[in-house]
Amino acid sequence: MGLLSKKDAKLITDPLADNNPITIQVLGICSALAITAELKASLVMGIAVLFVLGVGNVVISLMRNIIPSKIRIIVQLIVVAALVIIVDQVLKAFAYDLSKTLSVFIGLIITNCIIMGRFEAFALANKPWQSFLDGIGNALGYAVILVIVGFFRELLGSGTLFGIPVLGDPIEMTGVYALGYENNGFMLMPPMALIIVGLIIWVQRSRNKDLIED
Amino acid sequence: MIEHLELFFKSIFVDNMVFAVFLGMCSYLAVSKKVATAVGLGAAVIFVLAITVPLNWLLDQYLLQPGALAWLDGSSNGEGFSGMDLGFLSFIMFIATIATMVQLVEIVVEKFSPSLYNSLGIFLPLIAVNCAILGGSLFMQSREIETFGLAVNYGVSSGIGWFLAILAIAAIREKIRYSNVPAPLRGLGITFIITGLMGIGFLSFGGMLTGGDEEEASPEPTAQIEKTQTEDAKVLAENTKIAE
Repeated sequence: MGLLSKKDAKLITDPLADNNPITIQVLGICSALAITAELKASLVMGIAVLFVLGVGNVVISLMRNIIPSKIRIIVQLIVVAALVIIVDQVLKAFAYDLSKTLSVFIGLIITNCIIMGRFEAFALANKPWQSFLDGIGNALGYAVILVIVGFFRELLGSGTLFGIPVLGDPIEMTGVYALGYENNGFMLMPPMALIIVGLIIWVQRSRNKDLIED
Repeated sequence: MIEHLELFFKSIFVDNMVFAVFLGMCSYLAVSKKVATAVGLGAAVIFVLAITVPLNWLLDQYLLQPGALAWLDGSSNGEGFSGMDLGFLSFIMFIATIATMVQLVEIVVEKFSPSLYNSLGIFLPLIAVNCAILGGSLFMQSREIETFGLAVNYGVSSGIGWFLAILAIAAIREKIRYSNVPAPLRGLGITFIITGLMGIGFLSFGGMLTGGDEEEASPEPTAQIEKTQTEDAKVLAENTKIAE
């Protein structure tokens, strides 16, 4: 981190653990959970949010002195919507199958509370470079949770990672399947995502007692 | 009539906004500590969904869909305006409608019922960024709801589903305050897990209506159809070549 001052580096590292947008700030859960049944979809979603939040934070920060505070929500929504349209069109052009899997959830990045939350709480009051770092940091914190959840759901649910079988072949009974292991299809169901996030929160708060709520 | 009934029950129970597709989770988690506030927000969500989904349905039908602009110059053969596909603009159009409607609802409520305005106050503008609202419009678009009546039905019933979910979790959270939950799980953690368990319960509604949600299962089959079509085309091309 030689490039960044200590304060700037903190902007990136803080949201990764102790101020994680999903598990601590409780933001952006909406579109996060439904697409985590596959690791690839989780990763793409993370990258999409990284782009939207990084660029959006800079744009809002550049305009922070000329946005009238009364209509700022509409201005923010328009900026996000424009960026999300770019992401959506790029995905449709280069990864059509993936954009089918993500379906409406790419569109829902617009209402992702992390983005509005960071615009409101940070970009409207800080310089572009800091806002950019803050955006990257928070998007990374979001992506980390998504990737963890996606990893466990895909591994235990279908025995693959990025679509590549890692536990052996369930039909030919190789690998762990030869020992009698079976894919837990329930991991692919939506409710399991919530329970896994619940468990992540449990682990995180057991390690850091300061985060415990009463 | 039967399709109205089917859509109504399906949107409330089978495709419940919270338990099946995780929409509106942020406000669902943030505002569910007390039953009274949960009811207020839930009612506001039903109201806004009931207005914005039909409005966006009209926008989608007459402005955004491929061929939707045919009314502009009377052409229907793909020439003129009817060949245009403004679908990529739907995010920006939908969110603008929603933001405007929320602002309007806020002004009207403030004018005619200051007491309701005060009790909802902070939550009303928050609804504009509630994913359940935009999600309602986007699902309306992707599930190709056919008539205006069905769009109204879809808006109201998915609002009721969301209302039901937040009411239930608020009631449970009021009670769970007296239970001995492990310290690190208290608050957010246990709420996640309870929601997951409720979601498992709601999965059982999936068997209530036959037909199920074909929209969710269809991505792969459609891709296959496209593949076979291109393959057919290739075979055809080969055949014609030999014929020549």
